Amino acid sequence: MTVPLLKVDELRIALAGDVIHNAVEEVSFEIGRGEAFGLVGESGCGKSITALAIMGLLRRPLSLAGGRIALDGQEIQDASPSEWRRLRGSRIAMIFQEPMTALNPLSPVGKQIAEMFVLHQGASWSEAMDRAEEALRQVRVPSPERRIRDYPHQLSGGMRQRVMIAIALACGPDLLIADEPTTALDVTVQSEIIDLMAELCAAKGTAILMISHDLGLVANMCRRVAVMYAGRIVESQPAGAIFATPRHPYTQGLVDSLPRLGERAKRGRQRLREISGVVPSIASYPAGCRFNPRCFAATDICRNTPPAQTPLPADGLVRCHHHG
Amino acid sequence: MADTLLSLDDLAVHFTVGSALAGGIKTLKAVEGISLDVKPGECLGLVGESGCGKSTLALAIMGLIAPTRGRVALDGSDVKQRPRLETARTVQMVFQDPYASLNPRQTVRRTLADPLRLQGVGNKAEVDGRVMDMLAKVGLRPEHADRYPHEFSGGQRQRIGIARALILKPKLVICDEPVSALDVSIRAQIINLLLELKDEMGLSYIMISHDLGVVEHVSDRVAVMYLGRIVEQGGWQEIFENPRHPYTRALIAAIPDPFHRVDATANRTKAKGEIASALNPPSGCPFHPRCPIKADRCVSELPALEAVAPGHRAACHFRDRTV
Repeated sequence: MTVPLLKVDELRIALAGDVIHNAVEEVSFEIGRGEAFGLVGESGCGKSITALAIMGLLRRPLSLAGGRIALDGQEIQDASPSEWRRLRGSRIAMIFQEPMTALNPLSPVGKQIAEMFVLHQGASWSEAMDRAEEALRQVRVPSPERRIRDYPHQLSGGMRQRVMIAIALACGPDLLIADEPTTALDVTVQSEIIDLMAELCAAKGTAILMISHDLGLVANMCRRVAVMYAGRIVESQPAGAIFATPRHPYTQGLVDSLPRLGERAKRGRQRLREISGVVPSIASYPAGCRFNPRCFAATDICRNTPPAQTPLPADGLVRCHHHG
Repeated sequence: MADTLLSLDDLAVHFTVGSALAGGIKTLKAVEGISLDVKPGECLGLVGESGCGKSTLALAIMGLIAPTRGRVALDGSDVKQRPRLETARTVQMVFQDPYASLNPRQTVRRTLADPLRLQGVGNKAEVDGRVMDMLAKVGLRPEHADRYPHEFSGGQRQRIGIARALILKPKLVICDEPVSALDVSIRAQIINLLLELKDEMGLSYIMISHDLGVVEHVSDRVAVMYLGRIVEQGGWQEIFENPRHPYTRALIAAIPDPFHRVDATANRTKAKGEIASALNPPSGCPFHPRCPIKADRCVSELPALEAVAPGHRAACHFRDRTV
């Protein structure tokens, strides 16, 4: 009961180059069975490579430099390539931002779904094709009996992402990792895809690790949210609390800096609160707290000492010397 | 001085695609029958999903695509008749991707100085002075002038893009998704900058964006496009507080807002499916295959853009029905 579905503990990912940098460090979080967990951050913060590490897909120049990844209490970070192949697809599945590059352009989509049943469940091709049609019906692709013969380029962006979801959920995985699943889609399509993902995962008891730069989107669909900045988790809270009472200055900045629908009607046009400066590059992470050059509350201790984690209620945490 | 800066009258841009040998020649109506005004100092928000014709409309206003029908008038004169350089002094554009829209082999100084030289500003001291002024206005330092685009971050590059658009002191600036390629923490900086420059230089904007939060924040009036047509237009407050077209309501309902968690009304107003192809648009109202309130009439009859209140128009047979 107390064993979480996924436990990531002190994950460290190294980026090899002239010097070795830690692209991700001290990243720990847990996802319960059937829980939706959100990982939010800007480009380059390390959220996507964290997902790749959980999928066992880190490739040079990236490598796992430390930490543990446990699925159902069983450590998988040192699994062999053949063990990884069994895990991927059947127990952990992933959908990507751009379905056109993630699908095989030379293979009909039905075959790409059916492959999952053949590879992981030993089904025959004819049985697998029938089940692929059913899987397409579940992700609400219209006339699936014709669509299974279509190639990816014959489908629209939203339909392709539905196919990706069908492939990912084909074998009923315990965990679905969704890396910016709707960033390439239009807003009305985005909301349909999110609803579909949430509904299917709830029905099958699949946990979701949702990765996005869009705090609003993640907070809407996840129970808990962690915010990453420059390779570290700076804050983690239940979704409601992260908006109502953000504790890290970076999260506060993100929450305040975007115009929200309805604000102008209520209070007139206010100047948006800016986060000054830019995201540091991995080669030039500042000493101390990595957010200090952009932080309005920074003091000497922030420039010298990396802040430790402070626990918050409801399993939350914040990594700031001056958390309010 | 005319009291409308830009006026579009029944503007249409059609493309022919395909070939007689492969499937036949088809007409793609990218922009169809758009009439629109922009007044001096005004910001018009232009909203719609990809493929709805926003960018084609922008190019037609810039005079970069010839309209198939209708008229684009800037300062009261037809864009077709205006000399290209004069149009360039009046309308400029800020592009979405600051990585793709700057020449990587030109320094910032050259990128900013070229438009001035093309417009016949020959005096080197004056060119230099105006480049330095412009850099300061967009929040860049003088030493940035001699650097190349790759030396800048995304936000700084967008500042260069804005400086290039404003160096000729245009009256109208078309901003095509100016912040959507930027990091979330940088967007507020660029939006604030655009609003400051608008007041300081007395600019008009056409703000093209799919981010309704941004559009509401910056716009005076808003036009919503769907498959080449305007389906609703009005003051920002009417559009966001009392939207009359089901597509506008669907766009608003699709915004994930953690403060207003998804409720029953949102699900009722959500659109189904995806935008149809402009090559093969649906009969009647182009939105009907996705519309939650469609009736028989919508399949056969194209609704006109008609007034629901002063200054607020919607193209829906049920525009008087509110949710």
